[in-house]
Amino acid sequence: MKNLRAINRKAHAIEEYVSAAQDDVVALQQGRGGNNNPATRPHYPVGCSIVFSPGWEVDSAGGTAGLCQPAERDLYDCYISCFWPAQVPDHLNNYPDWTKKCASATKDWKDIDLVFP
Amino acid sequence: MSAAVDSAVYRPAEFHRFEAGGRQFVYLVPSAGVFELNEVSGRILDLLAAAPHSAEMLAERLPQYAPRDVFEALEELYQSHAIQTPEGFHEPPQQPPPQFPLQSLVLNLTNQCNLSCQYCYEFGEDKIATPDGKPKFMDWETATQAVDYFFRDSAGRRSLHITFFGGETLMNFPLLKRVVEYARNKAAGEGRSLDFSLTTNATLLTPQIIQFLSENQIGVTVSIDGPKEMNDALRVFSTGKGSYDIIAPKVKQLLAEHKTRPIAARVTLTAQVADVLKIFRHLTEELGFQEVGFAPVTTSSKALYSIGPSGLDRVLEQFRELALEYRDWALAGRHHAFSNVSDTIAEIHQGVSKSHPCGAGLGLVGVGPSGDISPCHRFVDSDPHTLGHVSHGMDRDKQADFLTRGHIHSKYDCHSCWARPVCAGGCHHEAFVRYGDTGHPNLHYCDWIRGWTDLCLQIYGEIAVRNPEFLAHFDRRKTLQ
Ligand code: SF4
Ligand code: SF4
Repeated sequence: MKNLRAINRKAHAIEEYVSAAQDDVVALQQGRGGNNNPATRPHYPVGCSIVFSPGWEVDSAGGTAGLCQPAERDLYDCYISCFWPAQVPDHLNNYPDWTKKCASATKDWKDIDLVFP
Repeated sequence: MSAAVDSAVYRPAEFHRFEAGGRQFVYLVPSAGVFELNEVSGRILDLLAAAPHSAEMLAERLPQYAPRDVFEALEELYQSHAIQTPEGFHEPPQQPPPQFPLQSLVLNLTNQCNLSCQYCYEFGEDKIATPDGKPKFMDWETATQAVDYFFRDSAGRRSLHITFFGGETLMNFPLLKRVVEYARNKAAGEGRSLDFSLTTNATLLTPQIIQFLSENQIGVTVSIDGPKEMNDALRVFSTGKGSYDIIAPKVKQLLAEHKTRPIAARVTLTAQVADVLKIFRHLTEELGFQEVGFAPVTTSSKALYSIGPSGLDRVLEQFRELALEYRDWALAGRHHAFSNVSDTIAEIHQGVSKSHPCGAGLGLVGVGPSGDISPCHRFVDSDPHTLGHVSHGMDRDKQADFLTRGHIHSKYDCHSCWARPVCAGGCHHEAFVRYGDTGHPNLHYCDWIRGWTDLCLQIYGEIAVRNPEFLAHFDRRKTLQ
């Protein structure tokens, strides 16, 4: 930090923490006051290994209703942003049009078809 | 660092601002981080203190700085939690891990004393002890059980500490000697380090005892209230005769012959004995103590020796004078014996932010002659505060109750106080004596605590600016009370 000079040991620890967070663990960035600044908007994490995405897990009742985000959205976690050949077709190389018929994941997910590689 | 050009409105978070050595500082709450502010960050805090501002408003109000510099300073202030947006920060209170391992054991070897100091919390009108029907002296079996219990419940700690206490500790010196040997062997067997200390009124010191203490590197704290006329005001034998003439030569001998650990004096300030400067000079210059600590007497406000608010102000004034002398000496790289300052600065330097005022019932327990476990030495022999027995260990429910009460989270009065990282509501025992509840904040001395902490922050800041090397002394210093 340039404007605040850490004096005691706790301040040094805070400084370390802050610069670690700034050296881009994007998932930790926080949006403030309306998010119209890209620099302070939460980034979309690249790769599912650094976030907890429930993916194709089920909730405690064996269904998907209780997952922490719509299960349909998980599709896109893997489809759009992940290079890794996962359980869904990949957008980057082989199936760029796979979700063309799906304008809104929560409504149109039934229109997404199977693929046969 | 990214500039914070967003529409958020910023306002100050919690901190205490102070000036030292011509520079501006903040002491952040609750993290207890100390930062020096540069000019622009100081100006931002000035503006935010008056009204909330967005980043752009701030840049407009501070045309003398490039907007980028303002945004950058703003971002740093935000990231270190000196300022916040309306959402604030969510910082849930932290609970200590369950079964926090012990670090210190206080063994009250006896509840008997050969003096009758009138303010004593163990015998005086504020006593909470219920010693009837309990042993007056700890026996060997209880002592070994206590040490065994301590070693069991401190699993995982590499260095341990045992303090001997009383009553008058040296009235049970034969047991002390055996416990030192027993515990030493046990520590060696487990590959752990162990050190000892004791508190005494010095009346029973003999050349043999002094030699033993020195050879075994046992730290000694002597309770003494200053020169003869002051010490003898309240520190008297049961006949009413003062204790000074007996202890002065013994203390001199102790200081001359025991060099393996620092020897400290501990002074209890009362309405009758409150001339801090005179006491300090006597204890350091005439008797030769290297460390002198002062504490106002613990008592309900009605007692004759209780220091009233105006008396406390006078004491703080004298503390200030002595503390500034400490500062001057520290700037010159010299050790000063006023340990109230070094204790507080050690905590400030570490950035201690306490969930509880002290280690009582957490990393520290007291054990009395009966083998009952209590939160600390001051609760020994008090049935309502017993937390278990050395034969079967700590009663976890009682411990949890004590710690929940004492947690800063349950002290609502403290939640808006900037001094809470160091104070956390103050001594559980004092709270019980004053308010009948160990979890009650000690609201009668808030002004004192805040005044004192502010002064020590200023001294700390000045040392950090003008002689930062001196602070290395506090890197290793233990802050456990
Ligand atoms: S007891 Fe007083 S000084 Fe201590 S933390 Fe509470 S409000 Fe602050
Ligand atoms: S501060 Fe009070 S409760 Fe804590 S250890 Fe000291 S006397 Fe006991």
